[in-house]
Amino acid sequence: MIKGWTWKFAGLLLILYSIIAGLFVEVPVLPVIHQTIRNLFYHVPMWFAMFVMLGTSLFYSIKYLSSSRLKDDLLASQAVNTGLFFGSLGLMTGMIWAKFTWGDFWTNDPQLNGAAVSVIAYLAYTILRGSIDERSLRARVSAVYNIFAFMLLVIFLGILPRLADSSLHPGKGGNSSTMGDLDPTMRLVFYPAIIGWIIIGFWILDLRKRKRIIEIQQS
Amino acid sequence: MKEVFDLIKKDFLLEIRQKYALNAILLYVVSTVFVVQLSFGRIIDDTTWIALFWIILLFAAFNAVSKSFIQEHTARRLYYFMIAAPVTVIMSKIIYNSLLMVVLGFLSLGLYILFLGLPELNPVIFYPSFILGCIGLASALTMVSAIASSAGSNAALMAVLGFPVVIPLLLLVINAFKLALQIDPGIQRIAGSLGSLFLIDAVVVILAVVLFPYLWRK
Repeated sequence: MIKGWTWKFAGLLLILYSIIAGLFVEVPVLPVIHQTIRNLFYHVPMWFAMFVMLGTSLFYSIKYLSSSRLKDDLLASQAVNTGLFFGSLGLMTGMIWAKFTWGDFWTNDPQLNGAAVSVIAYLAYTILRGSIDERSLRARVSAVYNIFAFMLLVIFLGILPRLADSSLHPGKGGNSSTMGDLDPTMRLVFYPAIIGWIIIGFWILDLRKRKRIIEIQQS
Repeated sequence: MKEVFDLIKKDFLLEIRQKYALNAILLYVVSTVFVVQLSFGRIIDDTTWIALFWIILLFAAFNAVSKSFIQEHTARRLYYFMIAAPVTVIMSKIIYNSLLMVVLGFLSLGLYILFLGLPELNPVIFYPSFILGCIGLASALTMVSAIASSAGSNAALMAVLGFPVVIPLLLLVINAFKLALQIDPGIQRIAGSLGSLFLIDAVVVILAVVLFPYLWRK
């Protein structure tokens, strides 16, 4: 997947750059959010990385159903674990941000509900995996659930926030928008951060996969 | 097509023969509605009315649908496996459970109105979204029940797997009901909310038909 030092160095450099530049770059002064807008560089890439990981997992689940090779199942499950890792980081950074801008750790917001439901769905996926002992049956059943849940969640996250009139997230319901007309200098930090975290996500996935293979071989 | 009808007929006969299952669900609905009436009194605000109704119906749906695959024992499963194609099995289950849920839904609605009264709802949105909601709940939970039963079928697993899948649907239905409360919501919003409900139902059914054969093959 991610082979060779170039990719890993590129990922590390991009993240290092985004963390340092994220603290020093000139940001526009907006009401309510003020300097917390810098969290955009740390919070939003987590969700991008999570969705790329869950998408990877979906890809390998579909591949497993057509090929029945256990390696695909292993990758699908490890991708979900990596995605959940990014998801919990995203929830944590988001909650801190929410506390300082909206006054509460958790608000009733379609975007937040979507995030919470997808994290719960994938926790359910791990529980489902844990409840089956036989390996090929586990792979098949969890692949089916993975595809089923992912499709419904895509609809959920795609349609619902647009249907809702009010969201605290930018671009919906008359907030000071950050995403739509993102400041050009912020883009210079934001996009590298997303790419960097996605590369690191694949690296983590690769390490997890290799660790799991060694564990299986030893047992 | 005939196979589907035969399988639906079989499920229907089983239901009639084991009346206790259906009666238990009805009794559950009566008791919950009664508890709601005791704790809220007759007049509650409209949003709470909607939310409570769907929560009651959600648990009724879990009870009604979860047995659809779990009740089939290994031997009987093997027998169906020999005589029927997987697509007909899942289609018959989805159609049967949808019918069951619509009937159960209207019975619960009647009871609920009897005990708690009815806010002014726009029937043009209310009835279609109600029926689409029942069908969606039934088909999504049918698929989850199939997954849970191949995983060894315990009730906790069914609930854990079912909730994330059902929440999108539930929120869409509740949104549609809230829209029905407004006096003149406008044709575009009606079409949007009913359309998205229809879309999610269609996606659930298509996914179930595509994915079920992989669960069936054992």
